Amino acid sequence: MSLFFYAPSTPLRGVVRALASVAGAAVTPLVPADYLDLIAPLRRGADLRARVVSVEAETADAATVTLRPGRGWRGHRPGQYVRIGVDVDGVRQWRAYSVTSRRDAPDGLVSITVKVVPDGRVSRHVVHELSPGALLQLDQAAGDFVLPAAPPARTLFVTAGSGITPVMGMLRNHLDELADVVVLHSAPTAADVIFGAELRGLAAAGRFRLVERHTADAGYLRPEELDALVPDWRERETWACGPTALLDLLEEHWAAGGRAAALHTERFRPVVITPGDGGTVSFTGPGAVVEADGATPILDAGEDAGVLMPSGCRMGICFGCVLPLTSGAVRDLRNGELVTATEGDGVRIQTCVSAAAGPCTIDLQEAS
Amino acid sequence: MTAPATTVRSATRSSRLDTTTTERRHVPKRSGKPDPTAHLSAAQVESLGRELDALRQEVLDSRGSADAAYIRRVIGVQRGLELGSRAVLLFSVFPPAWLLGTAGLSVAKIIENMELGHNIMHGQWDWMRDPKIHSSVYEWDHASPSAQWKRSHNEIHHTFTNVLGRDNDLGYGIMRVDEDQRWRPSNLGQPLWNFVNALIFEYGIAAYDLELGKQLQGRGDRELFRRDGRQVLAKIGRQMRKDYLVHPLLSGPSALRTLGANVVANLVRNVWTHSVIMCGHFPEGVETFAKESIDGETRGEWYLRQMIGSANIEGSRAMHLMTGNLSHQIEHHCFPDLPSNRYAEIAPRMREITARYGLSYTTGTLPQQVASAWKQVVRLSLPNDFSVRASAGRLLRRVGSSTVLRRRSTASAVAA
Repeated sequence: MSLFFYAPSTPLRGVVRALASVAGAAVTPLVPADYLDLIAPLRRGADLRARVVSVEAETADAATVTLRPGRGWRGHRPGQYVRIGVDVDGVRQWRAYSVTSRRDAPDGLVSITVKVVPDGRVSRHVVHELSPGALLQLDQAAGDFVLPAAPPARTLFVTAGSGITPVMGMLRNHLDELADVVVLHSAPTAADVIFGAELRGLAAAGRFRLVERHTADAGYLRPEELDALVPDWRERETWACGPTALLDLLEEHWAAGGRAAALHTERFRPVVITPGDGGTVSFTGPGAVVEADGATPILDAGEDAGVLMPSGCRMGICFGCVLPLTSGAVRDLRNGELVTATEGDGVRIQTCVSAAAGPCTIDLQEAS
Repeated sequence: MTAPATTVRSATRSSRLDTTTTERRHVPKRSGKPDPTAHLSAAQVESLGRELDALRQEVLDSRGSADAAYIRRVIGVQRGLELGSRAVLLFSVFPPAWLLGTAGLSVAKIIENMELGHNIMHGQWDWMRDPKIHSSVYEWDHASPSAQWKRSHNEIHHTFTNVLGRDNDLGYGIMRVDEDQRWRPSNLGQPLWNFVNALIFEYGIAAYDLELGKQLQGRGDRELFRRDGRQVLAKIGRQMRKDYLVHPLLSGPSALRTLGANVVANLVRNVWTHSVIMCGHFPEGVETFAKESIDGETRGEWYLRQMIGSANIEGSRAMHLMTGNLSHQIEHHCFPDLPSNRYAEIAPRMREITARYGLSYTTGTLPQQVASAWKQVVRLSLPNDFSVRASAGRLLRRVGSSTVLRRRSTASAVAA
């Protein structure tokens, strides 16, 4: 049982442990945390959560969300992202967003900056519907799109769209340590540049050179233009973040120039799931792989292949066959509804009424 | 990932996923009672199934943040009420505190078992993807461990609802609540068994989920029983330690009064839940089905069985909450995984559909339904054709019979 008080010293620890076990015995079958979560969801020892402090528009379709993280928050390195779990239409959805705040913010607040993606129900909710006071689920910061301990002599940031967000995190925290910086940023128009005013202000103050590319007029950036835009790009350690197509081009270009090691990229690309009809079902645990058609429940497909699976009514009402879908897509045979999942989404499906809709992975480890 | 890929064509898919009904079949029960659905054609059963599927889809499509807010609000209120009542009971040595605390704790336990436990374990809130309000993890304040409850209730009872010989909820194996269930002399005592069961209902359910009766008759899986039995005993131990030891001790000078308060709260919860659950399938007018009648059952036929095999309770919103919306038993049995807060709004539609298809929709107030269920329990404690002379004759023959075989032939002779 996790301690729900914070024990400062050894002699107290025994007392605290005893209290915790009494509390546990007093609230079984719940745990003390179930009650404490209602009163103090951000306390130390709780699952990591965050309270929304403010939501401020950056552009017409991007906003910075300032969060008060729970006491278990371990901080972040500029350039890293956090995954937040936000309830959209009552359903918990997890998404990763870059942290853009200063690490030493005196109030301990953390900001993420979110741009609405096309058809993005979660990003639209975060930018336009989230209000101060809302509680979010939070993961610790992650990602290795960060500056090294010893800052490079010359730095280039190539960004596009919301790709500026992790770089803004770096600039806000590390600009003093970086001597010679060029920021090459693409956005459809000047008004679409997230942090536009701040970037232009810093550039005007001589903190770095800002090259803005407004793609609505000038078209997408082509790597061949780099020689003209940033003539010394080969001598710069480069961090790039933006759409996959841009990053692919940059990687080719850097490789062709023999500078592949000097390019660090961050891909925001969400895992693209192309739903199909039937597919390969992988069962983690027994390690079985089965080809199943789009009309066969995953439960049947697994059993026919000799996989031991939890089962029940076989008609979708008892929830005795529920297992985590860790990746891929399945389709509900009753109404055709598609369910997709990527690692960490925590999606559980009824295998008796779900058929493979493309490759998918079912986690059987906890069932055994 | 070492096993070779194989191609699979399914042969085991459940017939209840089939939405097409091509023929009507009726397997008569022992009593030979007429088929209450004889007036429906196969096409009508199929269209009934599709109508209910559409109704379900309508609720799914409109399920959202208001529903999520509802269940979180009930959880908050329930936990606040339980904690508050237990705090008040720390001073239970004062009679008003005892009364208030006991009443609050009783209500909190009822809401936890009914609107929260029963419904969360049904997967009604799985769609929220909140790992704490999920059928696969929720554990309720009850003697029976949730895993065992889900097996006997969600799986067996909800799939085989009111099928004689398949659904043991018809009398829990200790009572006869349908004329088509065979009468045994032990049924004479069933009004008493039912009363005792009401008082100790949570333990009755635990024993039932454990299939204790089967074990006592020397049937069933011994190994499974031992494993499940250990889990039940461990859970009962934790439950009792909480209610009858930890909270009384925390109350200091009020210890005995708090102990009494917990006993009463559990008793109130037991009697209430027993009464509500009895109203679900025991009242007069509820149909039962022959074992063979569900072979190859389609989705439409399953819906049909749920509709006429369940009974509702009419009453206030507070009553619906306290029954965990099992007062909408017909809606719940057709759609066990729809959020309970939505049953009330689809109930009028369900009633309209049953009327349109010429089916019964059994409902009544709580006192009416409880009385009706008790009437069945009392009436069916006697043989169907009960009269003093016939029974005296049967009793004499029974006493005279010495083998199971002879008993059977006698019973069928009487039935004939």
